[in-house]
Amino acid sequence: MSSVSSKYVKYILSRPMAGAGGKTGTWRVHRPVINAERCIKCGLCWLYCPENAIDWLENKTVTVDYDYCKGCGICSDVCPVGAVTMVKEGVI
Amino acid sequence: MVTINELHRYGRTKLIMPGTSACPGCPLQLGMRYLAMALDARFAMVIPAGCSSVIPGAAPYTAFTVPVMHVPFASSPAVASGLRRALRIRGVDGPVVVWAGDGASADIGFASLSGSAYRNEDIIYILADNEAYMNTGIQASGTTPPKAWTTTSPRGKTEGRKDMSLIMIMHNVPYVATASIAYPMDFIDKVRRAASIRGFRFIHLHAPCPPGWKFPDNYTVRVARLAVETGMWILWEYNQGKLTISSPSVPYKDKGRRKPIEEYLKLQGRFSHLTKEDVEVIKANVDKQWDLIIRLTEIYR
Ligand code: SF4
Ligand code: SF4
Ligand code: SF4
Repeated sequence: MSSVSSKYVKYILSRPMAGAGGKTGTWRVHRPVINAERCIKCGLCWLYCPENAIDWLENKTVTVDYDYCKGCGICSDVCPVGAVTMVKEGVI
Repeated sequence: MVTINELHRYGRTKLIMPGTSACPGCPLQLGMRYLAMALDARFAMVIPAGCSSVIPGAAPYTAFTVPVMHVPFASSPAVASGLRRALRIRGVDGPVVVWAGDGASADIGFASLSGSAYRNEDIIYILADNEAYMNTGIQASGTTPPKAWTTTSPRGKTEGRKDMSLIMIMHNVPYVATASIAYPMDFIDKVRRAASIRGFRFIHLHAPCPPGWKFPDNYTVRVARLAVETGMWILWEYNQGKLTISSPSVPYKDKGRRKPIEEYLKLQGRFSHLTKEDVEVIKANVDKQWDLIIRLTEIYR
C-alpha cells in the first residue's frame, strides 16, 4: 500500500486493481447459481456480465466470482437454456 | 462478423477489473468491455465527467486496465486531439478513444466535439448514450427521447431529440455508426472497422440504464435488444460515403416484422405515464426515422 500511495503522489496515477470500488459482492441480494449439468457452455453469460465477474474457462465451463458479482441477474436473463438461477442470499 | 468463439481467448482476461463503483447491471461496463476486446486492450482512453468517471473506483486504484485520462466535461475531444498528436510525435500509433456520455457529447461538450470532427482529428469518439445525465441524478439531456420522464421533465420531456450520429455525418467525417450493447459482435466489428481508418470516427452506442430508465437490473440487455427489435434504435454504418443498415436491423426495414413498440416502453418506468396518444406519437417518430435512414442509404450508396 505504502509504495503504491507514494507512486500515486508522484505521478497522480491510479493502478488497476480488482475491487477498486470495494468488495461489491456484498451488494448482492440474489446470487446467480449455475447448473453445470444444464449449461451448454455457450459463454453468453460471460459475454453479458457487466462486472466481468464470470470466467469462461479453457474447457468452456463458466464460474462466478462471488467476491465481486453484484447480483444484477443479467447472466440469468441471457442464458438460453435457463441454467442460471437467482437464489436469495442467505437461503443457501 | 466476429464470433463468440474468437472472443473465448478473453475468457479469463479482466479487461475491466471486477469490483467497480457502477450500479448493478450497468450498460457502460458492457460497452467498455466490448471496446477493450475490439482493440485488444491496446488503446488510450479520454473520459469526461459522467458515470464513467466514477465507475473505476477510488484512487490510488482503478478498474480500468488501459491508460485513461479523466478530463472536465467539455474538453474530451480537444484533449484527445492533443494526445493523439503527442503520441504520434513519440512514434506511438495506437488508437485514442474518447468515451463520453450523452450530456458531454450532445450538450456541454458539443462545441469541442464539433470542432474536432470538423478538423478531422484522428480519434475514435464513442458516445455511450444512456439518454440522460445519470451520474448527477437523471436530468434530461439533448438525447433523452421525447415524453420520457426525468427529474427535469417530471411530466415527460417536451422537446425532441438531437440526432447525434446524423449530425456527425454532416461534419463530413469518414466514419459514423450506431451500435447497441445488446449486439456486441456488431459493435466490436464497427470499432475494428473504425480503427482501420484514419480521421475522426464516431460510434453512437445505445446503453439502457436500469436506475435512470427505471427497469430491473437484469433487463439491461433485454431492453437494449427490444429497442432494436421494435425499430426504436436503428443499427447502421456510414463508412467513407456509403451508408448501410447493419445486419441486426435489416429485418426491421419491413415495418411488419418489428415488434410492437409497447413491448419496449412497458418495461421502463420512465414511460409509465404515457397515454395512448403519446404512444402513437412515438410510433410515428419511429416510422419517420426509418424513412429517413432508408432514404439516406439510397443517397449514400
Ligand atoms: S449476477 Fe450480474 S454481476 Fe453477477 S455474475 Fe451474473 S451478470 Fe455478472
Ligand atoms: S449462458 Fe447459460 S448455457 Fe451459456 S455458458 Fe452461461 S450458464 Fe452455460
Ligand atoms: S446510473 Fe446507469 S449508466 Fe450510470 S453507473 Fe448506474 S447503471 Fe451505469
